[in-house]
Amino acid sequence: MERIQDRDVRFAVQEHLLHMLLVLGLAGDASAYHRFLKELSAHLRAYFRKRLFHRPDDVEDLVQETLLAVHNQRHTYRTDQPLTAWMHAIARYKLIDLLRSNAGREALTEPLDDELEVFAASDTDAADAKRDLGKLLAGLPDRQRLPIMHVKLEGLSVVEAAQLTGMSESAIKIGVHRGLKALATQIRGSL
Amino acid sequence: MKTDELVSLLAAGAAPVPANTVGHRFAAALGWGIPGAVLLLTGTFGLRADLLQAAGELTFWMKLVFAGGLAIAALFAAERLARPGVRVGRGWAALAAPVLALWLYSAVVLLQSAPAQRAALVLGSTWNSCPFNIAMISLPLFAATFWAMKGLAPTRLALAGASAGLLAGALATLVYALHCPESAAPFMAVWYVLGIAIPTVAGALLGQRVLRW
Repeated sequence: MERIQDRDVRFAVQEHLLHMLLVLGLAGDASAYHRFLKELSAHLRAYFRKRLFHRPDDVEDLVQETLLAVHNQRHTYRTDQPLTAWMHAIARYKLIDLLRSNAGREALTEPLDDELEVFAASDTDAADAKRDLGKLLAGLPDRQRLPIMHVKLEGLSVVEAAQLTGMSESAIKIGVHRGLKALATQIRGSL
Repeated sequence: MKTDELVSLLAAGAAPVPANTVGHRFAAALGWGIPGAVLLLTGTFGLRADLLQAAGELTFWMKLVFAGGLAIAALFAAERLARPGVRVGRGWAALAAPVLALWLYSAVVLLQSAPAQRAALVLGSTWNSCPFNIAMISLPLFAATFWAMKGLAPTRLALAGASAGLLAGALATLVYALHCPESAAPFMAVWYVLGIAIPTVAGALLGQRVLRW
């Protein structure tokens, strides 16, 4: 009984912390948002590992896809809503989406369990993703790729990126936004 | 790309997110969907000639209350279905209420009228065009509500699509009432409801394909 209460308390504290970090992040605090996503990825990994135990090589891809979805859809979170409900609904949606889209293919290909287990055994925490988002990113059109590269990867400000590329500031912002959406669409296409 | 790198990428320079973007998105959708539907109505069917006179009749206002009530309930449901982990809850009852009230009232009207008049009360003079007219008027609204839903995060796609279609259908009925010459409740109970059902079903079917994210 005490153990259960203890777990409940830890869970509540954890949710409270994540909620606080996300609220700060939505207000524009990038470092709080970074911590939120980092904590979240660990939770998502545990969640998906438990549910994809017979295909562990899909876990990291799904973690990444879900992180991207959380980021792209973060405007649908209302701060007075329980974070667990929002997060669980997204994770579940992405999991079902993966299982559904692979249901047809599964019957066709024989899973290479033996060989994969060798690599799986060397995994400690975060496994390598099968799908390389960096490659998908490189395939985006310049008007999306350049803003993401300069603002998101090199850490330039929107103003600096605009000066460097000759694009307008709003084009930079739109490019980042649409580029990350396009990335999510490509992931769905590549499943 | 490793997951930690993705986290850094997503967090870098993350701009503030304005509050209540879901509400604003639906407001924007209705802001050009409703004028679009009114334009379509005036450009095709036109307003009913006796609109001013009709505005003094109870049945005209009954139409507006029915369609308006349904639209408000549909907007409530759509706004909730657009956000992950939010239940529609009592919203389902709010959706059913306008339709059930209309059906109940129509049943009373039919029972109180002479048997020979009943068919005329149900069929009116435009029964074979009314549902399709409503569906047509709903097209600009349908595009608008789907655009709104597409930019959000529904996790139950068929229901979310249906709610967007229902919202479009109910608002289209509101607009169509400016043209429709019918004045009997039993007519509305069948053909208006059928007209609203067309975009609703279309929304459910389309939602499963179009609303994925």
